[in-house]
Amino acid sequence: MAKYYSKEISKSPRIDILKKALFANKPRIEADRAVLLTESYKATENLPISERRARAFSHILHNLPVTIRDNELVVGSATVMPRSSQTFPEFSFSWLEDEFDTISTRSADPFEISDDTKQRLREAYKYWNGKTTSDLALSFMVPEAIKAIEHNIFTVGNYFYNGVGHVSADYAKVLKIGFKGIMQQAAKELGSLCVTLADYNSRASFLKSVIISAQAAIDFAHRYASKAEELAASCSDSVRKAELQAIAANCRTVPENGAKSFYEACQSFWFVQLLIQIESNGHSVSPGRFDQYMYPYYKADLDAGKITREYAQELIDCIWIKLNDLSKVRDHASAAGFAGYSMFQNLICGGQDRDGVDATNDLSFMCITASLHTMLPQPSLSMRVWNGTPHDLIVWAAKLTRTGIGLPAYYNDEVIVPALVSRGLTMADARDYNIIGCVEPQKSGKTDGWHDAAFFNMCRPLELVFTNGYENGELVTIETGDINDMKSFDDFFKAYKKQMKYCIALMVNADNAVDMAHMQRAPLPFLSSMIEDCIGRGKSAQEGGALYNFTGPQGFGIANVADSLFTIKKLVFEQGKFTLAELKAALDANFGKAQNSDGASKITTGIVKALAAKGAQVSEEQIAEIFKAVTDSTSGVTNSKYKQILDEIDSLDKFGNDIDEVDLLAREAAYSFTRPVEKYTNPRGGTYQAGLYPVSANVPLGAQTGATPDGRYAFTPVADGVSPSAGKDVCGPTASANSVSKLDHGIASNGTLFNMKFHPSALEGDSGIESFVALIRGFFDRKGSHVQFNVVSRETLIDAQKHPENYQGLVVRVAGYSAMFTTLSKALQDDIINRTQQGGF
Amino acid sequence: MDNHDYLNSKGRIFDIQRFSVHDGPGIRTIFFLKGCFLRCRWCCNPESQSGDIEQMTIAGKTKTVGRDVTVAELVEIAERDRIYYSRSGGGVTLSGGECLYQSEFAANLLRACKEKGINTAIESTGFSDFSKIEPLLANLDLFLMDIKHTQSAKHKQFTGVPNELIKQNAHLIAKACKELIIRVPVIPTFNDTPEEIADIAAFAATLHGVKEIHLLPYHRLGYDKYIGLGREYSIGDVELLSSDKISTLKAAAERSGLIVKIGG
Repeated sequence: MAKYYSKEISKSPRIDILKKALFANKPRIEADRAVLLTESYKATENLPISERRARAFSHILHNLPVTIRDNELVVGSATVMPRSSQTFPEFSFSWLEDEFDTISTRSADPFEISDDTKQRLREAYKYWNGKTTSDLALSFMVPEAIKAIEHNIFTVGNYFYNGVGHVSADYAKVLKIGFKGIMQQAAKELGSLCVTLADYNSRASFLKSVIISAQAAIDFAHRYASKAEELAASCSDSVRKAELQAIAANCRTVPENGAKSFYEACQSFWFVQLLIQIESNGHSVSPGRFDQYMYPYYKADLDAGKITREYAQELIDCIWIKLNDLSKVRDHASAAGFAGYSMFQNLICGGQDRDGVDATNDLSFMCITASLHTMLPQPSLSMRVWNGTPHDLIVWAAKLTRTGIGLPAYYNDEVIVPALVSRGLTMADARDYNIIGCVEPQKSGKTDGWHDAAFFNMCRPLELVFTNGYENGELVTIETGDINDMKSFDDFFKAYKKQMKYCIALMVNADNAVDMAHMQRAPLPFLSSMIEDCIGRGKSAQEGGALYNFTGPQGFGIANVADSLFTIKKLVFEQGKFTLAELKAALDANFGKAQNSDGASKITTGIVKALAAKGAQVSEEQIAEIFKAVTDSTSGVTNSKYKQILDEIDSLDKFGNDIDEVDLLAREAAYSFTRPVEKYTNPRGGTYQAGLYPVSANVPLGAQTGATPDGRYAFTPVADGVSPSAGKDVCGPTASANSVSKLDHGIASNGTLFNMKFHPSALEGDSGIESFVALIRGFFDRKGSHVQFNVVSRETLIDAQKHPENYQGLVVRVAGYSAMFTTLSKALQDDIINRTQQGGF
Repeated sequence: MDNHDYLNSKGRIFDIQRFSVHDGPGIRTIFFLKGCFLRCRWCCNPESQSGDIEQMTIAGKTKTVGRDVTVAELVEIAERDRIYYSRSGGGVTLSGGECLYQSEFAANLLRACKEKGINTAIESTGFSDFSKIEPLLANLDLFLMDIKHTQSAKHKQFTGVPNELIKQNAHLIAKACKELIIRVPVIPTFNDTPEEIADIAAFAATLHGVKEIHLLPYHRLGYDKYIGLGREYSIGDVELLSSDKISTLKAAAERSGLIVKIGG
């Protein structure tokens, strides 16, 4: 008998009904959580922080509106309206207050907000001034780090403004012993602690917080049970009445107790997934290996004849819908960077078990089928591929890819498992990894990985080499020498590495400051109760309770840096086509291309600041003159010189075409980020590990970056992830993949991201699928770590941009996640359109 | 020829495409050899026809079409995608132009690939003296041969050459090569009636061992290149084939008993 069932399972009509209801209203902001949190905080000022957190969590769960949506089988909602957002003022709030009047009309991720909600939030927010994690984080940072952030070299904005998230809890533990079991564990631990222990008080306080939080989760489920009973009593439709009675029975039993059936397991899973995201607003709360920990419950019910595959599929599809019901409001800048309302709840199927045996089962296929049925961006579906992955599974996954939804993303066990072992995981834990958020590997239930710790723009230190560390007359980083004194490519590259090292050190300072702030102001006892060994150590994950602790900042712009270095190596030092000073002049003039008004005002501001720094008084008239001079194109002669430089650069080989000389320079460029990063440690007792992926920050952060020596115009997007620069890989997908595989993916153990875009014709028919699968396998043979695909035609995207009303459902893969194309900003839409389209020829 | 001399033999190509998935099995690298005996009016690679190096203007930029390479250089490029060939059952395909236009170079290139264990295919019109074709066959896994029309006069009108030699060679190739697939570019106003397609398929069915025929619907992707070469697009403004029409033609071809595929 086959090890798994790999045939298609039909879709219940319920799923389309639920999906339609999901999109019936516009997302809105709701005030309940913030109001309840504030009430509790005001009443607990004299308690230790973890107990304050637990009591606030409990107060919220006892008073948050209980909402059971029509036709649901799996229940539990964070908001009354679907796809809406609660707010989390304990992390930050002033940006939201500032955006109250614009948030419903902004281009990226708008939310409705009523006057009543504004009023209730304003009242609550009064309490929070000076009490947030972001306030505290700022006070920890050294001034140099703050300056580097202000100059857009990196951002730690993600955890600066929000909870951390980026975690996979031990779902299996709750499924097995329930929160009652967790309370017993904590109580036993508490009972065994000697009161004379030096850290007794903090440990006891944490364990009490776990007990309070677990009880709150149980009570929350019981409120749902009561609500379902109430609805059942008044329900005239006998079918729905029975469903509501079953829901009530479920919520009475789980997550308090261990699950006894697949349906109970589904409901229990959902409460865990939901409640983690009510305790904190950290995103990328990732279900991980759903096909593994749910399987025993599925198998037992199936073998006993209690469920059919169709029914199990319907329940899984229902969970998929629920995963899209959660949303989170972000500030304007982050919304542009993470566009698409995405929650990055990464769920992975396939791979190996802890002993290294293939782990594929029925549910691995059913997870893919659920995404085929729902065609929604959540969960961020991933698939593990190893040398023993069944062909059936990867072909089934490729069929999902072919729909153009951008799912699943493919991950290579053969790179990731040894990379994790190199970071101190046991072999068994490494084999049991899953993916967090976009592309970040971790072992669930044992890790606090801080995977999205910073976006580091690798192009900015390159600019600072040209300016000797100065910007607008001010020393921003360190002096690395006048470019006119650089006599060789080595001199230049050394200066770049020096700038990188300095900026990375500041980024570490900033990250550790934010880390300390979360430790002191936002420990998460509920989440921590599902991470080993928090209960044993008597401290939250935020305080270092997890077995594995990491901080994973990500660098991006490798392709731009590699191509830039190649320009300097070949055209400046080997061929002597122009000098560094001439190149700098061309960059400053944006290669003679007229600046748009945005760019011109940035440059004008820079010039004015530089003059001011030298002590000059600059009048309004002078500013207007400078602006005019910047906007007007420079003289014809100078322009043609810049054009000549640009032509030379454009005709030079670029990363992404399987040319060793430039590809190996890209490898070195990546090391200038990954090697310094791994030397640092964080306050939780863990180490740093670099990632190479941008989410979609390459667009907004590219808008802060001047022209670069690879021929990239000022303020345009930088290259995304480890992908070649848009449009520069012209030798087809295998060449592009080979180039990317020449980077060291092992050292970038926080994940790498390689985007490929295909025209649907490349995946037509069985032979199209087979070639596509072979491409993934081949790339992975060459030790690529991750690859994901956009399969839509360029024409489709351009038309969708012009007529968004006709493409409401169009899902594209943006970076580490899928999003609705029409909800993305124009700049990001343009970036997706411009990525090279790899067609079958 | 000496042991390694064939690796240094030179030929002229005008393009290389990696990750081709429509010209032979699996993922393939296609080498486009320059020069052709035919002048098909619909040819989508007009820059392939002349054996000389020439200039073509595309999107405002003038580029040189054609460069001379050695067998060893091309084998090195093929090697880069070996892992994708082995994962997909792919390999190298020689296309054109017409690889028989440089038959000695083509034979050397196929030999070098085969010696490296790389699967080989050619796309060819078969319009050449059989003595030029035969040396290729020993190192060839798949022959993709065009049969464009069964009537010689019409063939000559649209391609510049009659078809007797092609038909005669088709029989010889079928007997001598490992695998032969017949391909038909389906061109409106030339061979797009069910009768014409059925005739071609019937002829293909008479060839020894042939099981498959591929219908390749006309596209106008070559149009810009004609303008860029300063040449006339002599097939003119013909309609693309509708999917209904393609289905009708497929049914017509299937009456021959052969497996019919649309596209490669």
